[in-house]
Amino acid sequence: MSRAVAFPRRLTPWLFLLGPLALLALFTYVPVGTMFYYSVTDWDGLSRNPDFVGLENYLEIFTRPELFEVFVVSLYYFGASFVQIVLALYFATVLSFKVRFANLFKGVLFFPYLVNGVAIGFVFLYFFRPDGVLDAVLAFFGAEGLIRQWLGDPAAVNYSLAGVSVWRFTGLNFVLFLGAIQSIPGERYEAAELDGANRWQQFCYIILPGIRPVIGLMFILALSGSLSVFEIPYIMTGGANGSETFVIQTISTAFRFSNFGLASAMAVVLLAIVLLVTWLQRRLVPEERGA
Amino acid sequence: MRSMTIPSLAAVAALALAACGGGGSSGSSAQDGPISGEITVLTQRTDIVDTVFADYERRFKEIHPDVEVTFEAITDYEGEVRIRLNTQEYGDVLLLPDAVTKDQLSQFFEPLGSLEEMSRKYRFAAEKAYEGQVYGIAITGNANGFVYNKRVWEQAGVTAVPTTPEEFLAALQAIADRTDAVPLYTNYADGWPLGATWSGHRGALSNNPNAVNETASTDAPWAPGSELFVIDSLLFDAVQRGLTEADPTTTEWELSKQLLGTGQIATMSLGSWAIVQMQEAATNPEDIGFMPFPVQVDGQFHAVISGDYKQGVNVHSDNKAAARAWVDWFADQSNYATDQGGISPLLNGPEPTSLSDFTDLGVQYFELTPETAGQEGLVDRIDDEAEIGITEHLYRQRLIDAARGARPETKDQIFAELNQRWAAARAETD
Repeated sequence: MSRAVAFPRRLTPWLFLLGPLALLALFTYVPVGTMFYYSVTDWDGLSRNPDFVGLENYLEIFTRPELFEVFVVSLYYFGASFVQIVLALYFATVLSFKVRFANLFKGVLFFPYLVNGVAIGFVFLYFFRPDGVLDAVLAFFGAEGLIRQWLGDPAAVNYSLAGVSVWRFTGLNFVLFLGAIQSIPGERYEAAELDGANRWQQFCYIILPGIRPVIGLMFILALSGSLSVFEIPYIMTGGANGSETFVIQTISTAFRFSNFGLASAMAVVLLAIVLLVTWLQRRLVPEERGA
Repeated sequence: MRSMTIPSLAAVAALALAACGGGGSSGSSAQDGPISGEITVLTQRTDIVDTVFADYERRFKEIHPDVEVTFEAITDYEGEVRIRLNTQEYGDVLLLPDAVTKDQLSQFFEPLGSLEEMSRKYRFAAEKAYEGQVYGIAITGNANGFVYNKRVWEQAGVTAVPTTPEEFLAALQAIADRTDAVPLYTNYADGWPLGATWSGHRGALSNNPNAVNETASTDAPWAPGSELFVIDSLLFDAVQRGLTEADPTTTEWELSKQLLGTGQIATMSLGSWAIVQMQEAATNPEDIGFMPFPVQVDGQFHAVISGDYKQGVNVHSDNKAAARAWVDWFADQSNYATDQGGISPLLNGPEPTSLSDFTDLGVQYFELTPETAGQEGLVDRIDDEAEIGITEHLYRQRLIDAARGARPETKDQIFAELNQRWAAARAETD
């Protein structure tokens, strides 16, 4: 092959990548870059010439411990993500075997993830309100004693919101698990069955090792997701009644108190925390390559 | 939960995109040019843009046939326009967002005339004026008070309008005892009905047009006996005595209008703009009444009146003359304020019928005094620095949570902390 042909050919993949890379740069890296810039200014969201203030915003964040108190709320969502992963794994395993109406169940489980997050927020507002759907269901089963203000009771609100989050994102975890499980060659099950292994043993010794990388990925997503929870509490309670998260706090700083500089710095700090926690997790639970 | 990656990125992007435009000098045309061309008018009235506003367009074109008017109705007006201000594309005529501080007005909007000259014709002219120039004319004006259902109050045996916070709370208690209605509805979940609708009582309690400005020179705006103390205590006490809705976190504004109209809610703190909406939602519009904040000075009620959104002209507009013509026509001839039950921006405009209750009670109206030169926006800057938000809802939600026992705090602790934050922010703000 002559050189004249080789050069454009090496270029071809880059040409294909040009579109997505341009979009990625335009909508991810450029905004993040400007965010870094704002985080060292005192920009109020409108003024033409914000002043450079150096690391003042970062100093303020780390000298105000109350800004980090809201991470307690993230624990509820992190706890809920375990429930979510276990549920998703259970359904994925069951539905990877031969089950009647398997496709219907797959659809039912995945469906919540397809619904718009804002719509979910409103649906569950009606679900949780006094004399709403949940209370009616509990009353029907004679469990009136359990009825409480699902969003008004400070002891219940974060469980309620985390529950909505489980409902919404189980479907996504489920599909990822299902895909991973189905990529395990069928002969292994056959061989195991010949050796007399039951379903539980098949799960422990074939499925679980086979999808380890995906489980690891799920935990990373769960951690970063619960640190940056936003949509569901913002729509359902606006962060009131002790359900405020770090991102809601950032939004208030920017849009209610006109302090975009500080808010940008908070966003940068959140990014750093997520990166740090992910890195720590990778160190503590190392991934086996090619398991 | 991979949950929130995308929304939080969106928030970051909003932060970032917010300043992508900017720069540039003013547009090419002048206000005294020929009245022609296309103008885009931004409005927050998504509900009547296709009906009432379409009629305005028709009437406007009868006078100025060379102007093409397009409306753009925006649901989250404040949030969206605030971000668009960083570009040059924010319509030709728009309502001035509250986020723009007075010293920034000239960056974004055309001066409409000198304050002296404008105040001879319009109310509320000083509210969006800086260094003697006016940048916006109010579309309508409001008084603050409590909207209430007269039938429910009568059922409870309360016939006289309360004149002290104690009488007010006793009346609410009577409503709780003798009717099925929620005595006072906070609209906690929607948030905004806890903001300016409560802080807007400031000034009325002491008959002091300088009340708001004076917060800039005190270290304790919530000191016992101060206006904010009395206003927020009324809210706190009502919640603590169980005189508000049982579950505040699931309230809903649109529904609350019907509930008040049908007598399931007795009272809400709102501006006079809400009266017409409540009457529309009521079984009998006659039931809807409006009462001032229960404090009298020298045996008389007082209420602060203030302008709603002010309409102004984009400094980057290509058809400033046409845009200016719309602003003038809207204020002088559209009759918007009166039709919507508000106070006309025209000094010689008609008395609003919605305030007939206030007239009967002999309520004295006054406008707050604008901040003196050099002090413009000072109160807001301290408020932002303190991250309290006197005209926002966040700290009042916290008060309500504490009052209903959902937060381990007392009223005095919260007020002390607010005072302390205010004092610290005051020291930092010049």
